[in-house]
Amino acid sequence: MAQTQTEAKPIVNRTQAQVWLRQMLLIRRFEERAEMLYQKGNKIGGFFHQYSGQEPVAVGSIGVLREDDYVITAYRDHGHALARGMSARAGMAELLGKVTGCSRGKGGSMHFFDAEKGFLGGHAIVGSHIALAAGVAFAMKYRGEDRVCICYFGDGAINQGSVHEAMNMAALWKLPVIYVVENNMYAMGTSLERSSAVVDLRLRGATAYGIPGFTINGNDIELMAKTTREAAARARAGEGPTFIEAQTYRYKGHSISDPGKYRHRDELDNAVKNDPIVVYENILKQRGWIDDAAIEKMRQDVKAEVEEAIEFAEQSEQPPLSDLYEDITVAPFIPQE
Amino acid sequence: MAVLSFREALNQAMTEEMERDDRVFLMGEEVAQYDGAYKVSQGMLKHFGARRVIDTPISEEGFAGIGIGAAMVGLRPIIEFMTFSFSLVAIDQIVNNAANMRYMSGGQFSVPIVFRGSSGMAGSLAATHSHRLEAWYAQIPGLMVLMPATPADAKGLLKAAIRCDDPVVFIEHEVLYPDRGEVPEGEHLVPIGKAEIKRPGNDVTLITYSRSLKVTMAAAEKLAEEGVDAEVIDLRSIRPLDMDTLINSIVKTHRAVIVEEDWPYCGLGAGISDRITRTIFDELDAPILRVASKDAPIPYNKAMEQSMLPSVQRVVEAVNGVVYREV
Repeated sequence: MAQTQTEAKPIVNRTQAQVWLRQMLLIRRFEERAEMLYQKGNKIGGFFHQYSGQEPVAVGSIGVLREDDYVITAYRDHGHALARGMSARAGMAELLGKVTGCSRGKGGSMHFFDAEKGFLGGHAIVGSHIALAAGVAFAMKYRGEDRVCICYFGDGAINQGSVHEAMNMAALWKLPVIYVVENNMYAMGTSLERSSAVVDLRLRGATAYGIPGFTINGNDIELMAKTTREAAARARAGEGPTFIEAQTYRYKGHSISDPGKYRHRDELDNAVKNDPIVVYENILKQRGWIDDAAIEKMRQDVKAEVEEAIEFAEQSEQPPLSDLYEDITVAPFIPQE
Repeated sequence: MAVLSFREALNQAMTEEMERDDRVFLMGEEVAQYDGAYKVSQGMLKHFGARRVIDTPISEEGFAGIGIGAAMVGLRPIIEFMTFSFSLVAIDQIVNNAANMRYMSGGQFSVPIVFRGSSGMAGSLAATHSHRLEAWYAQIPGLMVLMPATPADAKGLLKAAIRCDDPVVFIEHEVLYPDRGEVPEGEHLVPIGKAEIKRPGNDVTLITYSRSLKVTMAAAEKLAEEGVDAEVIDLRSIRPLDMDTLINSIVKTHRAVIVEEDWPYCGLGAGISDRITRTIFDELDAPILRVASKDAPIPYNKAMEQSMLPSVQRVVEAVNGVVYREV
């Protein structure tokens, strides 16, 4: 996939570009270390879906939103959470099930939440959160605000019925929502060709509901940013939703337990050869915005941040078992036992 | 006090709450221009406008989810299902999203939403339009489940539901809509989680809710004529359950019959009976009996349909069983 936009003309300034590069490095390192804790330390349980390879999608798009906008995503949520500014500490503590975690140890990898950052979660029923995004956008419109909600999901979600219901109403009512399908070519182990009658996903929104749709290289971080910025402007102006198909590639299997045997080795090798983080590093070097020493320092800083987060998570308390009945309802909860 | 129909009482509750709080809105199929499939929202579009009384496409899962998303960021939606049978299309949203949201976010996001609409057997609607799903929803931690039986409770409970900061499943029995009764004007709230003794008695406790209250009251009158003094409790709140009222009553009567319109297997009465038995086994002079619907899909044929339901006859027979009365 060509890096056309980013190479052609910067759409951000140097400082912003460096922040984005650092965020991508942080997401990558966070997941690399979490995988080690999962595999070796048996410290992380449950399903664990990595975002590695897809970092520019989250960082580029969230990077152009306002602080008062909302972000919602599916179960591959570490990248979006960190891109939105969730601390590595809160994320790592959640993976370890600690009370200091972003969901107090009750959500785990698939259910990161951060109310302060407008991060409305990690949702693990495929496609189910896509209607929630329309609801958040509905609330913005109801109150006459010019905020937007961005909603990420995978190519597997596109075939869920609720997605069509939600997109129809979002278009009908011109709700300020930006739908981003991260097309990494596989729904778990099922390729797009084997699951979608129409593989040009942009057409799903465009043809059926008249939602402006764009198919772009999601690994081109600045193109991702530019497309999102335009979508957000449209939403704020009351022109309704936008559908962005961000083509990308996940390095890992669907989850940590998936060796990914359904795809050809060359496919992965090719993707890794064009690693979007390295590509962006090189572009920034060409622009004279960063040098090798600065990149190396950034990598060391990110490593230290993640190590510190692990230390924090490991030192944190387990939630007391009595917390089992906490946070079920706002009203005092009466167990019906 | 004004005499209102059940549906007018619900309308009044929504209207008062929407006048009080701009965050409250009503959304569902045919709630606005059509004035509601069962006319519960009659006149509300005219009163509040299309911003707050919103017709949706036939997309239950979608608009249930839209309500939940809106509630997560501060609105207080009332989502109407034309019938609760259709809520099955939206059950993923209700269970996986509304009920779980607060827990899975560690208390960061709550979902103050009301899912309401009609339910129950109402005259040859056949299997798909007659479901009684209270036991399904009552099992889910994170949901409140309310089922009023009278116009006054319909108003008071719905107002409480709309003000509740948690997701509420509010199930209205279709045959109750035209029922009339005295309804307090203005600020009338029935607390969630409080049952009511509708008829005091000493010989047996009859536990029921929603439409079955009428059947149970009629059975109690018949029993009184026969010399059996039944206490009738209207649960009103299915979850949380008012165990104190049930226990106090059974400690007095030592016998109980549960009258429910849902299916018998794993039905609501099974859970209630289990809790009573484990809590006050020594107080019971007889096994707790249940009068539920028959264990079949709901038939179209009128006579077959009627045979499904708890009837006065079946309630009396069950009471005879627990008081060991030979007739």
